[in-house]
Amino acid sequence: MKTFRTLARLTLALALVAPIGRTAAAQEKVTLLNVSYDPTRELYKEINATFARVWKQRTGQDLEIKQSHAGSGAQARAVIDGLEADVVTLALAYDIDEIAARGKTLPADWQKKLPHNSTPFASTIVFVVRKGNPKGIKDWNDLIRPDVQVITANPKTSGGARWNYLGAWGYALQKNKGSEAAARDFVAKLYKNVPVLDAGARGSTTTFVERGIGDVLIAWENEALLSVKQLGPDKFDIVIPSVSIQAEPPVAVNETVAAKHGTTRVARAYLEFLYTDAAQGIAAKHYFRPTGPRSLAKYGAAFPKVPQFTIDKVFGGWTKAQKTHFADGGIFDQIYSTAGK
Amino acid sequence: MLPGVRLTLGFTIAYLLFLVIVPLSTLFVRTARLGWSGFFDAATSQRAIAAYKLSVGTSVTAAVVNGVFGLLVAWVLTRYRFTGRSIADALVDLPFALPTAVAGVALTTLYAQNGLIGALFAPHGIKIAFTPLGITVALTFIGLPFVVRSVQPVLETLPKEIEEVAATLGADRWQTFRRVILPALTPALVAGVSLSFARAIGEYGSVVFISGNMPGRTEIAPLLIMSKLEQYDYSGATAIAVVMLLLSAVILIGAGLLQRRAAKRAA
Repeated sequence: MKTFRTLARLTLALALVAPIGRTAAAQEKVTLLNVSYDPTRELYKEINATFARVWKQRTGQDLEIKQSHAGSGAQARAVIDGLEADVVTLALAYDIDEIAARGKTLPADWQKKLPHNSTPFASTIVFVVRKGNPKGIKDWNDLIRPDVQVITANPKTSGGARWNYLGAWGYALQKNKGSEAAARDFVAKLYKNVPVLDAGARGSTTTFVERGIGDVLIAWENEALLSVKQLGPDKFDIVIPSVSIQAEPPVAVNETVAAKHGTTRVARAYLEFLYTDAAQGIAAKHYFRPTGPRSLAKYGAAFPKVPQFTIDKVFGGWTKAQKTHFADGGIFDQIYSTAGK
Repeated sequence: MLPGVRLTLGFTIAYLLFLVIVPLSTLFVRTARLGWSGFFDAATSQRAIAAYKLSVGTSVTAAVVNGVFGLLVAWVLTRYRFTGRSIADALVDLPFALPTAVAGVALTTLYAQNGLIGALFAPHGIKIAFTPLGITVALTFIGLPFVVRSVQPVLETLPKEIEEVAATLGADRWQTFRRVILPALTPALVAGVSLSFARAIGEYGSVVFISGNMPGRTEIAPLLIMSKLEQYDYSGATAIAVVMLLLSAVILIGAGLLQRRAAKRAA
């Protein structure tokens, strides 16, 4: 009984002392939370480990970077509702714009803080087709053929899928000398060929790959290359269209939160690190296209050349594109309300 | 007063206040920002109405299907002894435990045109996945345990003798079921069916995989809420949520009245 009591006292003493030891250790260690979207999990895992080493060398500080992944819009809402992200790395600028507008934790001109619209690595929109390309799909205009079924996610619920829609629109605009009416007609025809609109991009991939539905999947290049590698190079081919949109997943320091955590310096250094050769190389390995000219020369050769237009040039930026095309009553809704009749 | 009444009652009220009343009131407060005309526009758009119809229609169908087959399952599980009964009994709870997304993916795999079950129907021109029928299948799946678990305890306490008595008084089996057993079960059955309905009307996770999400055709109301949130239209999303809440309340209160009447008649 006596030994038990001593033991109990000892445990209690330890329990009281232990947290003190822990906080002392925590002062030397910095933690960053990177709130990102779905398909970047593996990419950031590798980058984070590399940057932690770099940071330790530079400052002697231990750095732990925590990751959070989900749909881009859901992540942005979580940050607006108070998820304490030090940095955000999302699928489209619109989601970070909304954090700036509603959460007010970063400035409205956040996208000017880092090179290339704060986009360290980009991607583009390509097609995944069944092996041997039985329907002979070569370009966007093949997607509106009546014998072709197209798989893409619902742009109302999937941020990633909005790039697909805009890619089609931009192509049609170029083909028809800038005629909005022709572009609208083209996109309406394309969506008529879509039998299933999954809520998210991952769902579309499943529909195309597992359920065997559709002749062509519209996807981000990095996702397409990854799924073809994982799910069988013997089952699918990738088709690069004649022209496509540059998909820009931007990054930003969530400034108010970083200031509160005292992590502003390390958060900035982290995002700047994404532009270094080391990080760009990792990104290229995960099938993202580097945006830095030097890295592009070094790693860009692995990617097929495709002329790309940007959302800023063709659509006047995300806020405008969102309002015109994807807001309630926007062009996407109009396409479906006329298709239903 | 019983001892402890004040304490437990206090707990109950606080509990309901923080978990139910406050969150739901926030919903109404957020909607109130829209003003009447804004609310009316958001809540009664063509797509919203199509979504309510689809959500309520498939949820009611699923709940009724569960009412019939859940009763059957409960009956078999309580009245017959067979090998594997305890396994079958445990299986009933599975839809409770399974993450709904997993259920959605699994059901879609089975009921898609190239799926194990979907392939049986496809040659007859019946599509299940990506149609309202598929949505109903998913909602039936997630709602099944509610009916079985509500009816089962009542069935267990129903003495077998009353069936025998009914038989000796000259009732045939159908009459025994309809006039003796069913009235005793009705309150529990109604409760189970309304729980199953309530679960179905709010379901998102499993349905988005099997529904296909075509605007105006297979777009359930919770998906419409999600697509509004994706545009950061919080008020618009809550407007639809409020309508759903009121619709569910009306249906559940109706079921409650039905249940009470049935209980009175059975007593």
